[in-house]
Amino acid sequence: MRAAIAVAEADPSLSLCVLSKVYPMRSHTVAAEGGAAGVIKDDDNLDYHFHDTVSGGDWLCDQDAVELFVNMAPRELLQMEHWGCPWSREPSGKVAVRPFGGMKIERTWYAADQSGFHMLHTLFQTSLKYPSIRRFDEYYSTDLLVEDGRCTGTVAIEMRSGRMVAFQAKAVIIAAGGCGRIFPFTTNGAIKTGDGMAMAYRAGVPLKDMEFIQYHPTGLPGTGILMTEGSRGEGGLLINKDGYRYLQDYNLGPPDPWPRLKAMELGPRDRLSQAFWHEQKKGRTIKTPHGDAVLLDIRHLGEKKINERLPMVRELAQSYAGVDPVYEPIPVRPVVHYTMGGIHTDIDAATPLPGLFAAGECACVSINGANRLGSNSLTELLVFGARAGHSAAAFAKANPMVSATAAREGADAAQERIRDLFLRKTGSETVSGLRKGMHDTIESGAGIYRSESSLQETCRTLADLRLRYEKVQLQDHSNVFNTDLIQVLELGCMLQVAEAIAHSAARRKESRGSHQRLDHPERDDANYLKHSLATYRGSEPPTVGYCDVVITRSKPAERVYGGAAA
Amino acid sequence: MSENVTLEILRYRPELDSEPHFQTYSIPYRDDWVVLDGLNYIKDCVDATLAYRWSCHMAICGSCGMMINGEAKLACHAFLRDYRDGVIRIEPLDHFPIERDLVIVMDSFIDKLSSVKPYVIAKREKSLSDGENLQTPLQLMAFKQYTLCINCLLCYAACPQCGLNESFVGPAALALAHRYNLDSRDNGKEQRADVVASNDGIWECTFVGACSEVCPKHVDPAAAIQQTKISASLDWFKARLLPGARR
Amino acid sequence: MSRRPYIRKVKRSWWLSHRRYVVYMVRELTSLFVGLYCALLMVGLVRLAQGHAAWDGFLAVLSSPLAVLFQLICLAFAAYHSVTWFALTPKAMPLALRGEPIPAKAIVGMHYGVWAVISLIVLIAAGI
Repeated sequence: MRAAIAVAEADPSLSLCVLSKVYPMRSHTVAAEGGAAGVIKDDDNLDYHFHDTVSGGDWLCDQDAVELFVNMAPRELLQMEHWGCPWSREPSGKVAVRPFGGMKIERTWYAADQSGFHMLHTLFQTSLKYPSIRRFDEYYSTDLLVEDGRCTGTVAIEMRSGRMVAFQAKAVIIAAGGCGRIFPFTTNGAIKTGDGMAMAYRAGVPLKDMEFIQYHPTGLPGTGILMTEGSRGEGGLLINKDGYRYLQDYNLGPPDPWPRLKAMELGPRDRLSQAFWHEQKKGRTIKTPHGDAVLLDIRHLGEKKINERLPMVRELAQSYAGVDPVYEPIPVRPVVHYTMGGIHTDIDAATPLPGLFAAGECACVSINGANRLGSNSLTELLVFGARAGHSAAAFAKANPMVSATAAREGADAAQERIRDLFLRKTGSETVSGLRKGMHDTIESGAGIYRSESSLQETCRTLADLRLRYEKVQLQDHSNVFNTDLIQVLELGCMLQVAEAIAHSAARRKESRGSHQRLDHPERDDANYLKHSLATYRGSEPPTVGYCDVVITRSKPAERVYGGAAA
Repeated sequence: MSENVTLEILRYRPELDSEPHFQTYSIPYRDDWVVLDGLNYIKDCVDATLAYRWSCHMAICGSCGMMINGEAKLACHAFLRDYRDGVIRIEPLDHFPIERDLVIVMDSFIDKLSSVKPYVIAKREKSLSDGENLQTPLQLMAFKQYTLCINCLLCYAACPQCGLNESFVGPAALALAHRYNLDSRDNGKEQRADVVASNDGIWECTFVGACSEVCPKHVDPAAAIQQTKISASLDWFKARLLPGARR
Repeated sequence: MSRRPYIRKVKRSWWLSHRRYVVYMVRELTSLFVGLYCALLMVGLVRLAQGHAAWDGFLAVLSSPLAVLFQLICLAFAAYHSVTWFALTPKAMPLALRGEPIPAKAIVGMHYGVWAVISLIVLIAAGI
């Protein structure tokens, strides 16, 4: 949405289409709760945001990109305010900010506890102002069109009719989100199946840093529903079965004074999720019908503050966990939440494939490195969404239109693939069976803590699943709104991306940020201060290469939180 | 102790069926399952041809609106434990054409939403260097609840006027118009009036109030519409009685 | 094309499908009786203007058992109409005092209060 508005504003005469497999207000940004970071307070500055982000990412962030990001952040958030985003306010009328994990000074702009919802709706509603933005809702993009080494458009299924449509374009921007549904327990909605990542991957664009999968420390057991970091920003505590604030045992203490930035419950997400894993091993977690959990306690905030700042947290806990957080702590556990890795892009949101751009969670610039700080992602959408829009518009204006014949050929090939699925009558596999297999192996092999043997096992299993996928049997052979077909295609994308994750993780023999190896527990800057690049090789497993991280002014150091960070 | 729940689901595959018909499925009962979990169970284990929209499973994306035992609800927010009588009837949202199974055609809603100009129309263009618009917590509170609409369309399904008049702009769109009219940063009430204060706008509403009853986010579109009726009437009088008033 | 969106017709008995719609229709029906009673009052005004005889004749008609029944029904429906109207007023006119919203009960209460005062004035003026 942000990219579309940027293109429309840059040049209203450019013909622009927005394709999405769901209506715009269903995109998973809608579920984001906590807020968007941007320097605004007098005692804050861009340097602090820069350093928090780089150290939060365990120095795997490209620092030129982070520099740009922290610079552009306040402007973009202000633009949202002008467009009507209902940011929460100070009594003076100025925009309010709240503390968030891993940030030295509070800089997270928020709209109660539904920041993503308000941002998405503001962007969608604002986009209705621009006549040049043409939307194609419920179109599932299956493949990119590539001619002469240039991206020339995409082929998509019009879901309501089953027709396949080729879109010829001088520039294409992918903003199709992450791939959390590869994992069994996730905050992510059904639609986050990595379709955009897979599409670029198959077209030859490497997927960067795929091994870095973020677990959000506080999701509800079972459903995986997100309990926002904002609840910890407001002062929430994490306690184990003994009522003990266990994070102080993991270099995040001392527990008081509280709340205190970059300490305890406001530490970075990877550390908090890892602490859970250790507590679970020590048997100090509580048992729930959906597995082990710890407790998120916000009772001390009081009913008034909870209703004002965290109303949705209360409602969600009551509906889905049967707990009223005003009176009882909420059972929570780490669940997969965000993909740091993604489509390899540069600082202008351009991929190595000319004409193809990417932004948002599906892209990896990289500003998040090995671990993303909460509230940087919503800002990332704005900064790099806008940047992708501008880059794509400039590219489109500077380059000639593409030939129709190549588009036709690419479209026909994509259609053939789908037709084969329809014609297959004796497939032996089901979507749900293969999906379960993928879930089981990725969680056991590439979870919070990984090892050589677990990862190699997962790589083998995924290769086997991909072979079995060639025999998946479509149950629904209709044309109109065939969701079985969409699920089959989504599964194919997930298996491809899962392989990239597992292989990238197996190759990285160090621990950094959210990628933790039991057999290589230390960070190894000498060998691995690099981005991994997974390249698609069809039915063969991907090759994993490396490229340098851009280091400008922050030399890798030890990540410190808690008292040591003060 | 395994108990089952029966789901009677209205099916419609335009290429196979001349008209919609009910199909019965049996699903396991789980204490913390919602109807959506039941549908996913059917799709994964029983009948992959069942089509429905869903995504977030936390009542924020608005995809999974359906008629459940005759009441418009979000499938992810309707708990099996509240339907212990054994049979749950599931149909697509009322007052919309059925595309397929539980999927409705929502083009008319998208058009209506766009028609109320749901974006800030400022008094004068502000540049970023002007900084933010100041807006006190009180001013924010004035329109806050009307920002919470997730576009789930339950209100359109519950509103009898939506059923009787296809052109009625409808609760959600009118509530959104009201949200912008009340926002201290906006000055677009007049520009919206063509659509909002028209016969197919607020004046088609007879304050049944069903919309607000079914709204999962407590937006209260009925209140928004009645308030708009008062404000539109006052504007009408002001325009005619006050000297120098435009239009 | 394969698409064939199916349009479900709204039944005439739509309002019987759920209690809230039945209640709504009853509420709407009361306005018929309110209207009829207003017509009756207007006839009364005309009779008043026509002099004593006409007025007494009017009152006599009103005293017949059927007429009394009709007036009782109108009273009940008008009261119901007023009660439901008052209950809905907080939605149409949300009031706030110094930033804090005035509770709905208070707004409804104010309506009853005003109603009581006006009724009292009317009754006193009528010599009761």
